[in-house]
Amino acid sequence: MTTIHIDNVSRWFGNVVAVNDVSMRVGPGVTGLLGPNGAGKSTLINMMGGFLAPSTGAVTLDGATIWRNEGIYRHIGIVPEREGMYDFLTGREFVVANAELHGLGAEEARRALATVEMEHAQDRKIATYSKGMRQRVKMASALVHDPAVLLLDEPFNGMDPRQRMQLMDLLRRMGADGRTVLFSSHILEEVEQLAAHIEVIVAGRHAASGDFRKIRRLMTDRPHRYLVRSSDDRALAAALIADPSTAGIEVDLGEGALHIQAVDFARFTEFLPRVARDRSIRLYAVSPSDESLESVFSYLVAA
Amino acid sequence: MYNHTVARLTYRALLGRRRALILCALPVLLLVIAAAIRAMTGADDQTAADVLGGFALATMVPLIGVIAGTGAIGPEIDDGSVVYLLAKPVKRPTIIFTKLLVAIGVSVAFSAVPTLIAGFLLNGNSQQIAVAYAVAAAVASIAYSAIFLLLGTVTRHAVVVGLVYALVWEALFGSIVDGARTLSVQQWALALAQKIGADGAISSAVGLPLALVLLIGVTVVATWYAGQKLRSLTVAGDD
Repeated sequence: MTTIHIDNVSRWFGNVVAVNDVSMRVGPGVTGLLGPNGAGKSTLINMMGGFLAPSTGAVTLDGATIWRNEGIYRHIGIVPEREGMYDFLTGREFVVANAELHGLGAEEARRALATVEMEHAQDRKIATYSKGMRQRVKMASALVHDPAVLLLDEPFNGMDPRQRMQLMDLLRRMGADGRTVLFSSHILEEVEQLAAHIEVIVAGRHAASGDFRKIRRLMTDRPHRYLVRSSDDRALAAALIADPSTAGIEVDLGEGALHIQAVDFARFTEFLPRVARDRSIRLYAVSPSDESLESVFSYLVAA
Repeated sequence: MYNHTVARLTYRALLGRRRALILCALPVLLLVIAAAIRAMTGADDQTAADVLGGFALATMVPLIGVIAGTGAIGPEIDDGSVVYLLAKPVKRPTIIFTKLLVAIGVSVAFSAVPTLIAGFLLNGNSQQIAVAYAVAAAVASIAYSAIFLLLGTVTRHAVVVGLVYALVWEALFGSIVDGARTLSVQQWALALAQKIGADGAISSAVGLPLALVLLIGVTVVATWYAGQKLRSLTVAGDD
């Protein structure tokens, strides 16, 4: 069991529509669920995790309804955003309890704690843990039954950079193993570093789906910005500005680079190397300067 | 129908330091009152019945029931840790039934047992008053645990609602207003106490058969409905 199907799902709370007619598939690999605050990400994850019923539509895991189906949790592991987690237990007791609730035991708990590298603090009370440690113990509790699907709501919140890297490595490995890993985050660099595939939710609607760079390119009516360094910036600028794929060029003498605004992505990416080759200009650097998720986001929100 | 891990988590949460202190306070007060009265006035059946009926059964038992019943599930729902129970292949009625057993155990330990001891302190169980009130406290504990456990699953203000019910309905109306007595757990339990105690020592506004039907009915229906509520429990997220 590996693919979550969300079919025409809406969810409203009173008069407020939190999720509006969303359809998507979340399959094996790492998927980032992205959206500004209040976009409906947690509502969507709660529906995927079986903690919220869709008002309309269906949320299923390979055909099995998730809502009110406790058997589904043999295949799903959940890392909730909220902090409540039996603070009076030690980390080990907490993970062992989670293992036991799956019909497993101390050995599986030990393995899960080792996976998140929390053995050193496993006998301390959870109440004494830092936020990052709590997050890792939550992870261990979700991994204890070796689930095919892992849902994480803002998992990197409160983690220091090292812990963040560790968790990213772990999630990458899990995705590479063929598990379905879905996480939500508002920190765009995290999503950029971790998820090849993103689902974008804006104001309760499914705004985009796929590789975020591809999503960016699909929006051909939007200008793309590039930073280019070459052996002859002035000659390159003159050649590029003559082509309709380029709307504007700024020659940055201080930085020794060109800031190029391209309006036709496909044409520009073909034209730039050709014109450089034809004029014997060496390209030292070509980098998209606005392809961060933040800019993708702002385009999608504005659209 | 019983899950040992759920039970362990529940009683450790229930008997956490602060809650355990609150749970101990009322029984200790009862025992101090009982010892003081016995020392000052000697053994007296009517006084024993007044203390056990007026304080133990009418006030202490429902209050302990509120703390144990709502405390068995309410805090987990409030802080979201219930997610770790719900995201497991464990049947919801099993979770509720296990929590009910723990709540009953705690209620009986902190209300029926002290009632029995207080009864012996007061009059040495003359006219079976101590045993009768202890059994009534135990039976009422079962019903209160089920009612307040249900309350813990349906409202985030379970403790407040529970206290209002315990203090206003059970302790006040259940003792003095005729109509309310028929719908009072306290009176149902007293019907059993009346049967156990010597003739005329204890009286209830409800007949024993009706009391038993209501006690069992309320306990079963509240437990079943709490299981249904837990199956549909919505865990709201912060978007």
